[in-house]
Amino acid sequence: MAIISNAVTIADAGAFSASLGSMVHIKTITISSNAATVSFVHGSSDVVLDSTYPIYKFEIINLHPDTNKVYFGFQASTDSGSNYGVTCTASNFGAFQTEGGSDGSLGYQTGGDLTQSTSYPQIGAGDRLGSHNDNNFAAELILFNPSNTTFIKHFLCSTQHGGADAATSSNYCGGYFNTTSAINAMSFKFHNNASNIQSGKIKLYGIKDS
Amino acid sequence: MAVVSNGTTIIDAGALGSGVPTGKMILIKTLTASSSATLSFVHGASSVVFDDTYDKYVFKFINMHPATNEAYFTFNMSLDTGSNYNVVKTTTFFRANHPEAGSNGSLAYRTGDDLAQSASFQRLSAQIGNGNDESTSGYLTIFNPSSTVFQKHFMAQSNAYQIGNEHTNNSHIAGYGNTTSAIDAIQFKMHSGNTDSGVIKLYGIGG
Repeated sequence: MAIISNAVTIADAGAFSASLGSMVHIKTITISSNAATVSFVHGSSDVVLDSTYPIYKFEIINLHPDTNKVYFGFQASTDSGSNYGVTCTASNFGAFQTEGGSDGSLGYQTGGDLTQSTSYPQIGAGDRLGSHNDNNFAAELILFNPSNTTFIKHFLCSTQHGGADAATSSNYCGGYFNTTSAINAMSFKFHNNASNIQSGKIKLYGIKDS
Repeated sequence: MAVVSNGTTIIDAGALGSGVPTGKMILIKTLTASSSATLSFVHGASSVVFDDTYDKYVFKFINMHPATNEAYFTFNMSLDTGSNYNVVKTTTFFRANHPEAGSNGSLAYRTGDDLAQSASFQRLSAQIGNGNDESTSGYLTIFNPSSTVFQKHFMAQSNAYQIGNEHTNNSHIAGYGNTTSAIDAIQFKMHSGNTDSGVIKLYGIGG
């Protein structure tokens, strides 16, 4: 039975006809004690990462490492999280500035890019993320059409973090997972110095196309 | 009485059913400039929410038009609900520039536009012309401003028309408020003169 108000169909067939916004929250993972990795696997723990949405957005908020001078990375899986090692090519550039004010700079980060590698693409700048109590990391990662079985899978990421050396770094990475298989899981972790994620939050949203 | 359609609870007890996916970008407040010296969003005032209700806040500024030629659009943060806008910040600023004449497109870090442990207002744009059709537009994202543990990260991007050689300037700004106190207000202003016109919208992002 449809719900009709003033000749406008509000709901029908188990869904709203009226617009409810296009950015839909899917899953929040909150880390409150040391975790080596955080993973979002389609079909597990209410995670949706399939053709439901053409664009997925991960928001990373106040992520804090337990080890100084680390960087954060992510990888994709085509087998529901059994393996995270999809071949990736990515670029990375960013701006850097110390609290002393003497080192403002902008540059390509050769250490942060990937060339047909199955390593974790780097989010952020080198090993500049600090573990001081107030240091943390914020980022937005957009993954385009992960369920597609024709095209490679593009992503864009922008980050901002407080550094191990009393500095700020803003970084921008883009690239693609060089696979035509559907991506159905994503993993996040600190990628060097064996650091755990001590605290923070990662949120997954789906962006509707209609 | 619940409203159930095709087995799905749409509305119950005065709220949407939990199975109804809803948008998570919520418009909180719109301010419209009219020869305004400052434009402020203060938590708890004039229906503004700027606390732990959302993990992330996004300001979208649209067609900010200065009264004074070559003004910079700027912002600062407050820890005392708007009594003072002077949070210490360390920031980066780089921009891509291209003149209408089509030569000398460039990308460069801007040492004069960043801050190093400064309480000054942070520039969010290049210099803006005050011709009738000139303005800047962009967005400013602030992560978890209510945290009492972490630095307060922000990221911004704008595009501005720069008078003179008639340039477009795409600016990228980021940094942190170097405080572990909660930020509860944000103020925008031109660095010189009023904001003649423009709209700033505050959204809360959260799930």
